[in-house]
Amino acid sequence: MASLTTTATVIEPEISRDDHGTAPPIRDGGDYGRPGLPDYGTRLRRARLGLLVALIPVMMLFVSFTSAYVVRQGLPSLDPRTNNLIRDWIPVALPRLLLLNTFVLLVSSVSMELARRQIRARAMMETNSTGTDVSIRDPIRTPWLAMTFVLGLAFLFGQWTAWKQLAANGFYVSTTPSSSFVYLLTGAHAAHLLGGVVALLIASIAALLHRSLKTRSIVVDVTAWYWHFMALLWIYIFGLMKFVS
Amino acid sequence: MATHESAAHASHAHGAPQGFIRKWIFSLDHKVIGLQYYFLALTAVFVGMFLSLLMRIHLIWPTATLPFFGEIKPETYLSLLTMHGTIMVFFVLTTAPQGGFGNYFLPIQIGAPDMAFPVLNMLSFWTTFLGFIVLLAAFVVTGGAPLHGWTGYAPLSALQSAGPGEGLGADLWITSIAIFCIGALMGALNFITTTLDMRAKGMTMMRMPLTVWAWFVTAILGLLAFGVLLSAGILLLMDRNLGTSFFVPLVTVNGQLTGHKGGSPLLWQHLFWFFGHPEVYIAILPAMGMCSQLLSVFSRKPIFGYKAMVYAIMAIGFLGFMVWGHHMFMSGMSPYTAFAFSIMTMGIGVPSAIKTFNWLGTLMRGRIRFTSPMLFAIGFVSLFVTGGISGPFLAQPVLDIYLHETYFVIAHFHLIMGVASIFGIFAATYYWFPKMFGRMMNEPLAKLHFWLTFVGAYAIFMPMHYYGMSAGLRRYSQSTEVAFILKLLPIQRFITIAAFITIASQFIFVINLFWSMFKGAKASDNPWEATTLEWITATPPPHDNFGGRTPVVNNGPYEYSVPGAPRDFVMQSDPEIKPKH
Repeated sequence: MASLTTTATVIEPEISRDDHGTAPPIRDGGDYGRPGLPDYGTRLRRARLGLLVALIPVMMLFVSFTSAYVVRQGLPSLDPRTNNLIRDWIPVALPRLLLLNTFVLLVSSVSMELARRQIRARAMMETNSTGTDVSIRDPIRTPWLAMTFVLGLAFLFGQWTAWKQLAANGFYVSTTPSSSFVYLLTGAHAAHLLGGVVALLIASIAALLHRSLKTRSIVVDVTAWYWHFMALLWIYIFGLMKFVS
Repeated sequence: MATHESAAHASHAHGAPQGFIRKWIFSLDHKVIGLQYYFLALTAVFVGMFLSLLMRIHLIWPTATLPFFGEIKPETYLSLLTMHGTIMVFFVLTTAPQGGFGNYFLPIQIGAPDMAFPVLNMLSFWTTFLGFIVLLAAFVVTGGAPLHGWTGYAPLSALQSAGPGEGLGADLWITSIAIFCIGALMGALNFITTTLDMRAKGMTMMRMPLTVWAWFVTAILGLLAFGVLLSAGILLLMDRNLGTSFFVPLVTVNGQLTGHKGGSPLLWQHLFWFFGHPEVYIAILPAMGMCSQLLSVFSRKPIFGYKAMVYAIMAIGFLGFMVWGHHMFMSGMSPYTAFAFSIMTMGIGVPSAIKTFNWLGTLMRGRIRFTSPMLFAIGFVSLFVTGGISGPFLAQPVLDIYLHETYFVIAHFHLIMGVASIFGIFAATYYWFPKMFGRMMNEPLAKLHFWLTFVGAYAIFMPMHYYGMSAGLRRYSQSTEVAFILKLLPIQRFITIAAFITIASQFIFVINLFWSMFKGAKASDNPWEATTLEWITATPPPHDNFGGRTPVVNNGPYEYSVPGAPRDFVMQSDPEIKPKH
């Protein structure tokens, strides 16, 4: 082999087979190659770590909104008629419906957790059973996943209705800074929750496409943690709008 | 090299994509995605350079009529500087070192077959690409590109009626930045998960090459910073299009009230610079990592103070989030706040100096090989020091108030963030080209390119310090109308000529790059006799990097000239060496 260097001896690098010891059990770069996926535990750990990292920018987004909220609240505004500084922060009367929405979201978080445990138990059962018996089906299995999906949509519909009620009371996006923030915070939260609903849809489609139970279980697991985060985030936002105004 | 032949063979067993579209366009392979990022940045840098050339011409011949462009009006000048800054900061300095080289070499250097989430990686590139197209679209819409500078200060950026280019052009600009943020966040997520979870056996954190450390910390910075910029962009879009008043106070445009009231332009500055200052480190940290790597390889010595280097990277990253206020000394902030920001800013000088002295310590008594990547790495140290020295001047509020609106600041940040980072990119290109394309670049052309660029960069930016200290104001499209600035015109002429020559010499690089891809001398697997994992695999690396195998790491990344070793470098995957002191 033509070499531009003067190296005389090349020591063979030590390379281990991937099924050896504790080396990372990876055979494939994930490039369309289904058969070479790493094992279930590795994939689950990696997906959870990825989610944890992904939640940080979501958190930063809302931290940033919060700081803007606090700063804007303390600012006086110049009244052009009197040339005086006035406070233009008019607290928004939050629709009572939001309490119901909060309840719906919390219930959905519980059903999401039950769905996560259900599919995880099934995935574990598949792992423990010897090979081909994939079709272990519990005849009275409760459709927790579908319930979560419906509850998620119900929450989003409830938020939509709450916006309608706000508008009916005369609070539009630009009416007062506090109403701007109410729409901003609830809107940004709803957009993120919609992402969770889409992930649930993907998990369901994966079932229809006969993807392996393990793959679906990973999708559901990660979505569940995301969903719980969304519930916590909602409680934080709700508290911010309710008490810091 | 039996291992490498079997490695290349084994890769075919794993369903590497065969079709052109899956292999080169919508590829999931981190190496292809890295190249896509690299060539996106290469395209962007030429657009950005062209814009700067137009500005330089206008500064010395304000009334000249340019072919295809006509006369440059003052507002055109402002949109040129806005787009130059935005393209360079986001689509060159953030894209090439991190998205390009980070994507290509981070997984290989830690012994992983790919990034943790390949599909996300592909999406990250195509999102960034979309952001670039949206940004360029601002040139061709009615009103043209925005005028508000790359920092997009409100209320100028928040009012549709504030000027030509502040209509659809500004909306496109903000949308492009928001899209870029999302792409960068997806990339950062991949970098962090991959580094934490996919290291080969034996690759402990403290055995990672400093390049990997730099990409890792840069990804953390991006993860924390881009979400904030995204939030600011959303608020700005709402102010512009939904009538809210987050950033706009009671203002009139052409005597008309705008309908906004009570918003805070300072809030935008805080949110923007909370992102903006870490962004500076997002641009420079990967270059620091590459520089550390190359100085050690070509001095044939271990890096001086590996642990200190790691902690200095972390310290710079941490302090980077504490100093955003030093961009706002002019904003009328409380002197006490300014003082705190000033002290923190000076504090960054400490880890920066640690790094600089360690680089010098690495060079000292080394058996230096003056290859082209090494020249660029040494050039990086030079530019980093020169650009860094003016930092403590600007960190002092009293001096900054005088210097802030002058070319002194332009000189400072172009040297330290712009040219230094570009030198990192050049060094990395010359260093890793053999691994990426299997051929060597032409060395005499590379050296010619280095000397022209190095001297050229100093010729452009050193005079700007004097121009700034003589109160030569930045952002002014014409310097011929004011008597005392007119006296400084010869400096501007000199700078423009130097810019012409420097930009022309970049074509040497491009010609060398493309010519070497097809006609360069064949490269061996380890032409630089370096120790890190990318040099144990085939050239170019197979689809899954190590041909179905996983390397095992036994040594640190910088084992050069180890006493008692059979040759002057010990690969990371070689049997473990026992250091004899």
